[in-house]
Amino acid sequence: MPKAKVLVLRTAGTNCDLETAYAFKKVGASCQLVHINRLVSGETKLDKYNILAIPGGFTYGDDIASGKILANEIRFKLKKDVTNFVKNGKLIIGICNGFQVLVKSGLLPNTSGTAGELQATLSINDSGKFEDRWVYLKTYKSQITNHKCVWTKGIGDVIYLPVAHAEGKFIPKDTATLSEMKKNGQIVFTYCGKKGERPGYPENPNGSVENVAGICDTGGRVFGLMPHPERHIRTTQHPRWTRIQKKKRSLDGLQIFKNGVKIASKL
Amino acid sequence: MPTHRIEVRNKSGIFDVIGEGAKKDMLDIGIKGTKSVSFIRVYFIEADLDAKALDHICKNLLADPITEEYAFDRGFEIREKKDLHVVEVAYNPGVMDPVEESTKKALLDLGIKNIISVRTAKRYVIKGNFSKNEMDFITEKILCNKVIQHVPKPNEKQPTPPSYKFKLITVDMLGADDKTLMKIAKEGQLFLSLEEMKTIKNYFHGQGRNPTDCELESIAQTWSEHCSHKTFRGIIEYEEHGEKSKKETRTIKNLLKNTVMLATEELAKKWCVSVFKDNSGVIEFDKDYDVCFKVETHNHPSALEPYGGAGTGIGGVIRDPLGTGRGAKPILNTDVFCFGTPDTPFDKLPPGALHPKRVMKGVVSGVRDYGNRMGIPTANGAVLFDERYIGNPLVYCGNVGIMPKKYADKRVDPGDILIVVGGKTGRDGIHGATFSSGELTSESEATSSSAVQIGNPITEKKVTDTILQARDRDLYKAITDCGAGGLSSAAGEMGEETGVLVHLDRVPLKYSGLSYTETWISEAQERMVLAADPENVDELLSVFRKEDVEAVVIGEFTDTKMLELKYNDHTVAKLDMKFLHKGVPQIKRKAVWKKKSHPEPKKRSPGDLTKFLLNILSSWNVCSKEWIIRQYDHEVQGGSVLKPLQGVANDGPGDACVIRPRLDSDKGIIVSNGINFLYGLIDPYWMAASAIDEALRQIIAVGGNLDRVAILDNFCWGNTNKPHQLGELVRASLACYDIAKGYGTPFISGKDSLNNEYSVNGKSISIPSTLLISAMSVIDDVTKTISMDAKIAGNHIYVVGETFNEMGGSHYWKILGFTGNSVPRVNCKKGKILMSRLSSAISKGLAVSCHDCSEGGLGVATAEMAFAGGLGMDLGLKGAPQGEAIRDDATLLFSESNTRFVVEVPREKQKAFEKFMKGSSFGLLGATKKQSTFSIKGLGGKTIVKTDISKLKGAWQKPFSKKAN
Repeated sequence: MPKAKVLVLRTAGTNCDLETAYAFKKVGASCQLVHINRLVSGETKLDKYNILAIPGGFTYGDDIASGKILANEIRFKLKKDVTNFVKNGKLIIGICNGFQVLVKSGLLPNTSGTAGELQATLSINDSGKFEDRWVYLKTYKSQITNHKCVWTKGIGDVIYLPVAHAEGKFIPKDTATLSEMKKNGQIVFTYCGKKGERPGYPENPNGSVENVAGICDTGGRVFGLMPHPERHIRTTQHPRWTRIQKKKRSLDGLQIFKNGVKIASKL
Repeated sequence: MPTHRIEVRNKSGIFDVIGEGAKKDMLDIGIKGTKSVSFIRVYFIEADLDAKALDHICKNLLADPITEEYAFDRGFEIREKKDLHVVEVAYNPGVMDPVEESTKKALLDLGIKNIISVRTAKRYVIKGNFSKNEMDFITEKILCNKVIQHVPKPNEKQPTPPSYKFKLITVDMLGADDKTLMKIAKEGQLFLSLEEMKTIKNYFHGQGRNPTDCELESIAQTWSEHCSHKTFRGIIEYEEHGEKSKKETRTIKNLLKNTVMLATEELAKKWCVSVFKDNSGVIEFDKDYDVCFKVETHNHPSALEPYGGAGTGIGGVIRDPLGTGRGAKPILNTDVFCFGTPDTPFDKLPPGALHPKRVMKGVVSGVRDYGNRMGIPTANGAVLFDERYIGNPLVYCGNVGIMPKKYADKRVDPGDILIVVGGKTGRDGIHGATFSSGELTSESEATSSSAVQIGNPITEKKVTDTILQARDRDLYKAITDCGAGGLSSAAGEMGEETGVLVHLDRVPLKYSGLSYTETWISEAQERMVLAADPENVDELLSVFRKEDVEAVVIGEFTDTKMLELKYNDHTVAKLDMKFLHKGVPQIKRKAVWKKKSHPEPKKRSPGDLTKFLLNILSSWNVCSKEWIIRQYDHEVQGGSVLKPLQGVANDGPGDACVIRPRLDSDKGIIVSNGINFLYGLIDPYWMAASAIDEALRQIIAVGGNLDRVAILDNFCWGNTNKPHQLGELVRASLACYDIAKGYGTPFISGKDSLNNEYSVNGKSISIPSTLLISAMSVIDDVTKTISMDAKIAGNHIYVVGETFNEMGGSHYWKILGFTGNSVPRVNCKKGKILMSRLSSAISKGLAVSCHDCSEGGLGVATAEMAFAGGLGMDLGLKGAPQGEAIRDDATLLFSESNTRFVVEVPREKQKAFEKFMKGSSFGLLGATKKQSTFSIKGLGGKTIVKTDISKLKGAWQKPFSKKAN
């Protein structure tokens, strides 16, 4: 099987690039860290890759608003390359700051498939501050069964990942957008209690509308989430690994990378 | 060129987090009339833009289309009324606005060209009825810090920086008498003594000329306490009045060399790669990598501007590992703070001092925003409180780095090129090195504001990313950071052995108007200097250019052994390196240490100690700091193994932190700290000894060992010109030698911050002498480490180590209002064996949890293990080994004797554990249980503590959940 080729995008203030690349390598992908200037100048061609990963960090200091400046760079300078990438069935994952970039560049939720207008935002946490904590996530099911996301196939009902952000409160443009997203099966993860129950604070760490933690586009290939799957790919990252018996340990973040790489290697 | 005003605020119905935060701050501080606060972000864009362009900018960049609305040029119409106030806060001219650079870039991305400048301001719309005094208070003490900000007048124009016209300034020293010399020192904020001024005068006498201002400044920077540690290196006449009032006197020629550094020299550990010479201490990690560690303080800037001061504190210490060898990658931050208590009443504040709560919030968010943006986990720290820190808080920031072994050294040869990389130079931070060596006063806020800076972490992140790329391509030979003293220290140090010629006119500036001297001594942040072989310079510069990092050639290294500075064709300084670096006269000071006697409680302790245990758990120093810890990203880089918060609900207080710096290896690093100023009030010797013991205990508690532990000292002291202060410094240093030697743990780096006093109306308030010991250890297999939370019901709870009648400085006595005299001591010989036995037992898997016994003694340690694990305990003090006869339950429960641990051992491992520990003192206290009750029986068999773990945890979490945040 050919190796999946992953481009991990870097720019000023990116900071989860190495561990994201490590997670992809761990599941068999070949990975390159590429500065955005190289894509803009044409020195590196996006279409040589089959996964674009936008990792966590504080691109451009999150000045103005988190992810905004990088989102605009993609919107105004790389739009054609990125929309073609998506059109060709390739995969994108945005984690934390990467999710903010995908939402603010219109690539998510993108209910119409045109990636034009911005339909949602990720705003300052209700607590008013950056928080690092582990959260439970429920794979969104409700009445919708047409769950689209290719990145989360085979993932347990409730998984455990850390969040570390100051601006993660998901706010859709209006209720129609949210209904449309639900109808399309675009809501991937919601925050929940330990057993999947409705969360309060801090289970929902930021006050996201309807507890939304991760979403995908209508094709299920562009995926963004606030929690960090690359921070739960080995046992010792779990905050309670010293309490959990060996056979009961699971690596909840790893499956996401496996899924992406499995599909990408067939492209 | 017109300046356009753009305002952005939340649409109605969207929760205004920033406005709500400001409202909470006002209510917290007692301004009860506050009804609501809403927040408006203001941008000033200086450029020729029409309405269409402005609308484009607002819509696509500055305002979020989902949650925000905007107005440009006239802004939102808001009419001030009796109960509606508008306060606008802008940065002072010359203060760097961190948003400017990124916003300019974003405007270019939108296709908007010819932007002259971008600035920001904050506008608050406040509803409520306030008196004029209250309104002034809100403006000056909550919303604005006049050190960096002001309330702009209507239609205020940003002053255009004046252009600079070269004029060489010389200072008439040759003709100056002593009085004039001191006047020159004082007016120039040089903080030099008369003897030093006379030495300088003599040097220039020999040269047959007067110094330039720039030469005098260079000497002042290099000779400052901050840069040259002249107290530690000076001659000390030391007089000690021992406990039985015997008087001993001795002369110490160089305190640092004869204590801290001597221990390292005598221990001669092979794994010490570079100690006390580079920007951080370096030890071996594995066969391919070395790790380095540095801890610094940033106290005075943080007192004046907590956010900027603390941010640049962490930013500065990150550049130390980055400037070590040929550059280490920063992998871990630590921070330790000492503040006034957050509930200090306003009328108890000395004039000019910020409220401790404001200091704390500012410091925490400063470290948070800088550390998190750098992508470095902050996983270890401590916070202490005492009223003596109100005027002079302590902010210790540390950073660990890792580098391939071959990059652990550096060299500079004549002919190499000098390059400055990173931030541009501005007027910020002028006189930081000399300012930090002086005393804070109530006027410091007004006079020393140029010494305070705001950091830009993204610039530093870009610098770090590109420097590591250039390093891996071997494009430069040496690197150092621009810290205190700016270029003057960095280039001056780098060229010490060779000589260096610097062209000051080539240094990139933030704005015009800087003189050659200001350029030379500015402490503008985020700058590094490199020395490169001429043939690599083009390639090196292109590495930076490709990622938008400024890098400019500013000079070259020579073989003249001179510091030579030029501005265009004018020579503005020409100094012998030898005089600059070695010419400082050794100071001679007197030091006296005399043991003080403190009153002790007379009454016997009561039978029921539950209330006292709860009170200690709720005391500021012991209580949960989760509110702070969660604001730091402690998991970025993916190597987190033991996090600062542990247990069944992820909220128990971990001992040391453990990280895995190489994701593909099980080898790890353990980092811990020890600090307790209360012991220093009794005897700084035992404070230092206890701090080392505590830092080592934490390493052992997580499963580490003493085989490869390096430690760092950080002395924060009052004015050491006062013999009793210097006496305390000597006492503490002597312990550093004894204990480091005794445990076999060398010091690899350190720092001192002296003169931590706050003067009000001519009266100085000194901080308590405070020594922070930071420790770093290498562990072969991180999967063998254990956390502090009790794991399984029915397991045995042991105490390892002996308890003594050592209640001096204990938290139990503190809550009773006493300090006492019987300070905890350290016995290295016994301690070392005990720690090594316990360490092997843990690594063999015989213990499932272990907690270090420190503030609050056995009572606090067992309570914390129980509630962190969600398990009850039934314990009895009879089992606790006594180092001397103890009759009082409270003493056994709360004494803070060193080298003790509480250990949880599964029943089936009891025999094996006891076999391993044989020969050291240990005893069985009791067991864990499923039920949530927590009880302790005293020596006489009576129950002395009876409560529930939820009560214990509640008490421990209460202070920060209720009052602080």
